[in-house]
Amino acid sequence: MRPILMKGHERPLTYLKYNKDGDLLFSCAKDHTPTVWFADNGERLGTYRGHNGAVWCCDVSRDSMTLITGSADQTAKLWNVETGAQLFTFNFDSPARSVDFAVGDKLAVITTDPFMELNSAIHVKRIARDPADQGGESVLILKGPQGRINRAVWGPLNRTIISAGEDAIVRIWDTETGKLLKESDKETGHKKTITSLAKAADGSHFLTGSLDKSAKLWDARTLELIKTYVTERPVNAVTMSPLLDHVVLGGGQDASAVTTTDHRAGKFEAKFFDKILQEEIGGVKGHFGPINALAFNPDGKSFSSGGEDGYVRLHHFDPDYFNIKI
Amino acid sequence: MSVSTQNPTQPKLRWSELDEEDGEDLDFLLPPKQVIGPDENGVKKVIEYKFNDDGNKVKITTTTRVRKLANARLSKRALERRNWAKFGDAVREDVGSRLTMVSTEEILLERPRAPGSKPEETKAAGDSLAQLGKGGAVLMVCRTCGKKGDHWTSRCPFKDLAAPAETFIDKPAASETAAAAAGVTKGTYVPPGMRAGAERTGTDMRRRNDENSVRVTNLSEDTREPDLLELFRPFGAVSRVYVAVDQKTGISRGFGFVNFVNKEDAQRAINKLNGYGYDNLILRVEWATPRTN
Repeated sequence: MRPILMKGHERPLTYLKYNKDGDLLFSCAKDHTPTVWFADNGERLGTYRGHNGAVWCCDVSRDSMTLITGSADQTAKLWNVETGAQLFTFNFDSPARSVDFAVGDKLAVITTDPFMELNSAIHVKRIARDPADQGGESVLILKGPQGRINRAVWGPLNRTIISAGEDAIVRIWDTETGKLLKESDKETGHKKTITSLAKAADGSHFLTGSLDKSAKLWDARTLELIKTYVTERPVNAVTMSPLLDHVVLGGGQDASAVTTTDHRAGKFEAKFFDKILQEEIGGVKGHFGPINALAFNPDGKSFSSGGEDGYVRLHHFDPDYFNIKI
Repeated sequence: MSVSTQNPTQPKLRWSELDEEDGEDLDFLLPPKQVIGPDENGVKKVIEYKFNDDGNKVKITTTTRVRKLANARLSKRALERRNWAKFGDAVREDVGSRLTMVSTEEILLERPRAPGSKPEETKAAGDSLAQLGKGGAVLMVCRTCGKKGDHWTSRCPFKDLAAPAETFIDKPAASETAAAAAGVTKGTYVPPGMRAGAERTGTDMRRRNDENSVRVTNLSEDTREPDLLELFRPFGAVSRVYVAVDQKTGISRGFGFVNFVNKEDAQRAINKLNGYGYDNLILRVEWATPRTN
């Protein structure tokens, strides 16, 4: 395959997200401007100007009309996807790290970093159908975990929120009562910071990637550890194919060490693993920095990766990818 | 614009007046943008005119090749979105900005081992290694990473690691030169090329490409790298496939190269495929470099 290279960002990529139909790709980077691209040919459609800090995460509503972004400028913003206009700004007292729309797009979960004297927190906000009615108050605030919460997503039927972060523990919270329901086991769970979390297409299970050089597959209801994928690089980004039983891990050595070593030793490939056999299928090279973001097109026929090098690489698979046998 | 309204009968502007209104937009003076093509080869030319920083008029000609992508099945909403107007920074995007490019390099999903082989039977890399393997490969110990029987020191994937970087090597690289150099020039800058373990030369890198290289000629125009890979993969592990492609038209020039990991595999491929009918042409397959032995 010949990947399409998109160089719209001047700083390292942080997050990639496809919309439901898989025709738009949203990219967030440490420069302040999230960007939307056409996912088939990589053409830039537009940029969302208004943030004043690194943008860490984004999510798009199911109808592809509203975008939510979380940024280090201590805000999360709602945008009109089509025009790039700002609809609303949620203000916080610390950087917003992760955002996720609930099923139905009526709620959103936003996590904030520990900052100054503040602890990290998970905020649940109501999203109004009409942006004019939008308010900034939180429906629910969850606190407790130490350190940064790198990712929080909605569980099945919006009944739970799944969070993971610097303390290497995956937690499941009740969205009605705000109580902590389940915690991952310290013995079997991750040993270092969890950097990324990706839900399966049907939401029944999810994958976490960690700096302990492994990725783990969990049941979204019971928090049972299903599989572990061991690799030889810290994992910064994970994603799952919606079509085949493949998981993709991206990462690489720390960005500060990149220039001191050969690019082959940096291990900047996106690694494909068989989801069930936990065996490596192959690697896709190309980035010359660690991979920070990975996303699969919802049709499963292409995936994109975003690196510390500021590039988004959009890969449309060759036909023989679909009949790989182990 | 003030100048043109004052002198409506004088279409030509005097340079002295132009100079005064420094910050103003003079784009109306430029010939309009011209788009030629795409022609039958898909080559499209865009001619633009611009003022550069010194105020000189510059003509920018951009030649691009337009390719049609396979039509994906899109929903109605997605087709609508296709026609959305650009917004934000994408509105004022120059033709020459090249934000989106197609990689010139063919990137394959690199399998950790040849399809169909068991994880246990790892083929020794390189023909010399295969020969040695018969006579006991214990001799082969990498001085950089300490691995036995896997690769020579010069082929070590970790040889460029300057210091024993935390986690990326199995054993710390116990290179005496590194220790000595660090002791003498502590705190001073050592260029990467002078650092221990950096004895790699340019020729060394180049050689990797033409080892066990097989030249394939008389290929049909439609043959692409994946086709060639499909044709040669049954003979053994292939490390590189390359088809020469005309830069301008993107049409195959009718020859390519295939590199094998093992020399025997390459020889078998030559024996089998030289004179083989492929896509109504008869292939010619031979060693790419004249061999001395």
